Amino acid sequence: MPTIYIDNKPYEVKEGKNLLEACLTLGFDLPYFCWHPALNSVGACRQCAVKVYKDEADTKGRLVMSCMEGVKDGMRLSINDQTAKAFREQIIEWLMTNHPHDCPVCDEGGSCHLQDMTVMTGHDYRRYTFRKRTYKNQYLGPLLHHEMNRCIQCYRCVRYYRDYAGGDDLNVFAAHNHVYFGRDKDGVLQSPFSGNLAEVCPTGVFTDKTLKEHYTRKWDLTMAPSVCNHCSVGCNIIAGERYGELRCILNRYNGDVNGYFICDRGRYGYEFVNSENRIKQPIIRNRTGEAASEEELMRSMGTILTHQKLLGIGSPRASVESNFALMQLVGHDNFYQGVSEAEAYLTRKIAGWMQTGSIRSASLKEIEQSDVVVVLGEDIWNTAPMMALAVRQSVVKTAAAQAAQKTNLPLWHDAAIKEYVQDQKGFLANITVAGSPLDEIAAHQQCLAPDDIARLGWAIAHELDASLPGVSNDESLLQQAQAIANALKTAKNPVIISGITCYNESILTAAVTLATACHAKVGFALPECNSMGLALMQAPSLEKAVDRMQREGDSFTVVVLENDLYRNISATLVDDFFSHCRNAVVIDSLHNATTEKAQVLIPSATFAEGDGTLVNYEGRAQRYFQVFVPAEGIIKESWKWLWHLYLLKMQAGNGHDHYPNELLEKLESVLPQFKGITKSSPPRHFTIHGERIPREPHRYSGRTAMLADRNVSEPKPVQDNDSPFSFTMEGFKGLPPAPLIPFFWAPGWNSVQAVTKYQEEPGGSLKGGDPGISLFKEPTQTTPLVFHEIPEAFAVRHQKWLLLPQYHVLGSGELSSYTKALQELSPQPSIALSAEDLQGLGVEEGSSVQLKINGTSCMLPVKIQKGLPKGIALVAAGLQGSPVMSWGEWGKIDGMTNGGE
Amino acid sequence: MFSHIRTIWLTFLHLFKKKVTIEYPEEKVKLHPRWRGRIVLTKDPDGGERCVGCYLCAAACPVDCIALQATEDENGRRYPEFFRINFSRCIFCGFCEEACPTYAIQLIPDFEMGEYKRQNLVFEKEDLLINSQGKYPGYNFYQVAGIQAGVKGKGEGDNEEPPVDVHSLLP
Repeated sequence: MPTIYIDNKPYEVKEGKNLLEACLTLGFDLPYFCWHPALNSVGACRQCAVKVYKDEADTKGRLVMSCMEGVKDGMRLSINDQTAKAFREQIIEWLMTNHPHDCPVCDEGGSCHLQDMTVMTGHDYRRYTFRKRTYKNQYLGPLLHHEMNRCIQCYRCVRYYRDYAGGDDLNVFAAHNHVYFGRDKDGVLQSPFSGNLAEVCPTGVFTDKTLKEHYTRKWDLTMAPSVCNHCSVGCNIIAGERYGELRCILNRYNGDVNGYFICDRGRYGYEFVNSENRIKQPIIRNRTGEAASEEELMRSMGTILTHQKLLGIGSPRASVESNFALMQLVGHDNFYQGVSEAEAYLTRKIAGWMQTGSIRSASLKEIEQSDVVVVLGEDIWNTAPMMALAVRQSVVKTAAAQAAQKTNLPLWHDAAIKEYVQDQKGFLANITVAGSPLDEIAAHQQCLAPDDIARLGWAIAHELDASLPGVSNDESLLQQAQAIANALKTAKNPVIISGITCYNESILTAAVTLATACHAKVGFALPECNSMGLALMQAPSLEKAVDRMQREGDSFTVVVLENDLYRNISATLVDDFFSHCRNAVVIDSLHNATTEKAQVLIPSATFAEGDGTLVNYEGRAQRYFQVFVPAEGIIKESWKWLWHLYLLKMQAGNGHDHYPNELLEKLESVLPQFKGITKSSPPRHFTIHGERIPREPHRYSGRTAMLADRNVSEPKPVQDNDSPFSFTMEGFKGLPPAPLIPFFWAPGWNSVQAVTKYQEEPGGSLKGGDPGISLFKEPTQTTPLVFHEIPEAFAVRHQKWLLLPQYHVLGSGELSSYTKALQELSPQPSIALSAEDLQGLGVEEGSSVQLKINGTSCMLPVKIQKGLPKGIALVAAGLQGSPVMSWGEWGKIDGMTNGGE
Repeated sequence: MFSHIRTIWLTFLHLFKKKVTIEYPEEKVKLHPRWRGRIVLTKDPDGGERCVGCYLCAAACPVDCIALQATEDENGRRYPEFFRINFSRCIFCGFCEEACPTYAIQLIPDFEMGEYKRQNLVFEKEDLLINSQGKYPGYNFYQVAGIQAGVKGKGEGDNEEPPVDVHSLLP
C-alpha cells in the first residue's frame, strides 16, 4: 500500500485510486462537483484542487485537480494550503455569479451539495455585481422538475443519463457559458432510471416532482431504512414521512445491491401508501354498521377461528414474517402460495436449485463486475430494471477494463477511457422473446420463441462441454451458440440471467446447465419482492387451493394475506373459489377485487408502516423498518394481526406484545431453510451507549406545533418496541450499523453525498459490511446441476398463439400502479403480435381483436411488436385493467373489423 | 440606625421625582419598532403572501414551535398551506425572523397575548397574516429569485439577463 503525506502527515492509501478518493476515504473534507464514485473523474469543475509537492524540500508546490491525479507512493500534498483553499473558494465564487437566489424555494435546499460545498470553501458574499444568466425550463414529465437557472455545468446529469443509464434523450446544448442541459424539446424523459438525476445533480436543476406536491425538507422527514417492494431485486431505500404521509423515497446505498441508484418504479411508486383507496378500518360485512372496532373484530374472529377449518393464501408481496404467521395460523398443510401454478412451480424449482448450493446467485454488484453476460428469455429491463442497469455496467466496465489494461490508464480516468473505448463493448448476449432496450448494447441479440431460447441455451452448453446433449440439425442455431460459447470460454466472471416470465421450465434448466458448464453465477428475476421467500416455504399454488376447495366443499374459512387473487389466476377460478368458501377473511392495505369478496376485512400496514423481512431474487434476506405510525392506530402489520389470531385460536395469549425477532426465531426452528434470517438486522434491544437510533435528524422541526391544533399539550412520543429505532430525534448521533442507517448525514455534508462518510471507500461497501444475509449455502462441488431434456423446436400452430405476458417497467407493479405519476406513464392494455401474424389476421394495428382462452375471452387493441417470432402473442400484463390468464398456454385470436361483433 | 434613616429619606425624595411606572392598561407601553413581540406574517408590495414555505424559521426555532406545510399555486408560487405557531411554547427569541429569507415572518411590538386557555395560544395562518409589509417595505422575493412564479417572467427580474437562446452560437 502506498504511503502519501497529506499536510505532512503520512497515510496509507489503496493503490490505483485518485487523490480525491484517497482523501475522502481518509475522512478529509475536500469539495468536488463533477466527480461521482459511479461516474468517475473528468476534471471538469476544478473544485477539488490540492497542492502537490515534488519532494520534501519543495515549498512552492503546484495546484492539481485531485480527482485527476493518481496516488503514488511517497507523494506529498496539502489540502489546507492557502493557495489551494483560495483557488477552491474562487471556483465557487465563479459558480455563484450566475446561481439564482432560489434556495428558499428550491427543493434541493437542505440536502444540496452546492450549499455544502459553498459553506465548506468559505465563500459567503457575491462580489460580482453584474447580471445573472437565465434559462427557460422544460417539461420533463411527471417525475422530474427542471429549473435550469440553478445549473453549475458539472455535466453529471448527461454523464449519468447517457453514459451510465444509456438514455439518449437528455443532452447538452448550446456553447460557452450558455450550455443547456435538457431535451431537444419538451417531453417525458424516456429512461426508467431518470429519477436518479434528482440525486446525481449537485444542485436543484432536477428535483423530484412528486415530492414537490407535498414538499418537505430533508431535516423534517422521519426516515427509516426500507427495502423497495416493487420487484424482486430488493433495492435498499430510505422512506421519509411527515405529517402522517409518506413523502419521498431516496436511494439507500448498498454496495452489493443497488449501489447509488434505484429505478423510477422504486422511487416514485410510493404514493399508494397515502392513497384514498387504503383500508383504514376493520370491516365485517353483512351486518348493520360494517366498520368494526378491534374488540368487535377479535370477537367475531374468535368464533370463526375456533369453529371452522382454516385455509391460508400467502402472498409474494407480503413479508416473510407475515407469510409465516399465516402458515402458523392455518397449519402447514393448509397454507398455499397465492400465485398461479406455473409461477409457483417455477419459483419453487429455482429456490430448490439455489438451496442445493451447486449454483450461486449473482448479486447486482457481481453482475456489474462480470465480463460476459448471457440473458436467456427474461426481459429484465421491465421485470427487474436495476438488474438491467447492472448488466449495462458490466458491458461498459468490461470494455473500460480492457482499455485500461492496454493503455495503462487508471480506471477512474473516465474521459480518457471513454475516448479510447469509443464503441467497444463487453460481451452481452441478450436472447429474449420480443427484444429489449438492452439490445442496443448487446454483442449478440435475438428474438426467439421460448423453446428456441432453451435450445440455444443447450447448444451453448454443448459447445462448452461436449458431454452435454447437443441440439443437432439447426445450422444457424449452432453458429450463434458457437459465438456465445467462445465468449464464455474466455470469461473469468460470467453471469447467466434468466427468469420465469416465459413460463417455460426448459429455459431455466438450460440456464442452470449452462451456468454449471461455464462455472457462471446466475440471476433469476422473479415476479415480486418476496417471491423467493415465499417459494422457500415450499407451499402449493393457488390453483391447488381452488381444487381443494372444490373437492372438500364448503367447510373452509379462507384467510387471504395481502394478495389480490384476481391478479394471479383467472377471474372465473377466483369467483369459484370464493363461492365455495364459508367465510373469507382478507388482510390487505388497499381495496381491490379480492377485498370486495371478504366477509371480514382487516387493515394491514404497508411497507412504510410496519417491519418485515423480504428475500430478494438472490436469496438475500433484508429487513425493512417501520417509518411512521399511521394516524389510524388500528392499522397493523399483517404478521401482528395473524399472530394475534393464532394466539386467539390457541387460546394462549398472555397479553404480551409480539416482536418480529421472536417470529423469525420461530421461523428458523420450524423451517430450517430460513436459518440465519434473524441476523439480517440487529435485534430490537440493540442500542449504542444505551441510546436508540433516531429516525429524525437532529434539526427536525415543529415538534411542539405540528399537533398543537388538536391539543396544545404534546403527546408522549410513540415507543417502538419492534426495532432499535426511536420515533424522535433523540438518540445516538454517530454512524449506526449498516442495516440501521435511517438517513445519510455527516457534519458539513447535508446532501446524499454524505454517503461517502458511511463507506469503507467511495463506491465500496458500507462500514461494517453491506446489509442483507444470504439464505443460501456457499457453493459446493458435490453434485453439479445438469439436465438433459431438450425441448422440440417451437412450431407455429394454425390459428393459435402462445400467450406470454409483456410487463412494463413503470406500469406493471401492483402497488405502484396506484401512484398518480406512474399511472400517467403506464401504457394501456394491449396485445402485441408479429407484423406477419397481424397481416394474416387481416387487421390493422390499433384495432381491437378478441382473445379466447379456456372458454373466456377479452377484447384488446392490437399492436405490432418488432422482432417478435410468429405464433406468439404478448399480452400486456400487470397493468390496471389488463386481463389475467394462464401464461404459456395457447389461445385463439379473432380479428374484428372496427371492433364490432 | 443611620442607614435606616437614610433609606427613609431617599424614599421620601422619590415622591418628588418623575414616575417610571405607568397606568397600564389604561396607558399603553411605548415600544420600539424592533421590539420582539407577537409574530406576524407580512405581505408583498403586490399583496401576495411573502412566506414561501422554506421551513427555515421552523428549523431555526429553538423550541420547535413553528410547523408549516409548503404548497404551490398554479403559477408555481410557493406559499404555506398551513402555518402554525404555538405561542405557548414561543420564547420570542426572534431567530425565526433572522432566518427568514423573504422578510415574511416578523416580530412586532405587541405583547398583549394573555389567554385564559392555553389552546387559544395556537395561532394558525389566518391569525398570523397581516395586510402589511411590516418593517421592510418594498421587498418582493420573487422579483430577485430565479424562478418564474407569476410575479415576473424568466430573465425579467432584478439583475437578470434575458433567457439564453440555446440555438445561438454567437459568443
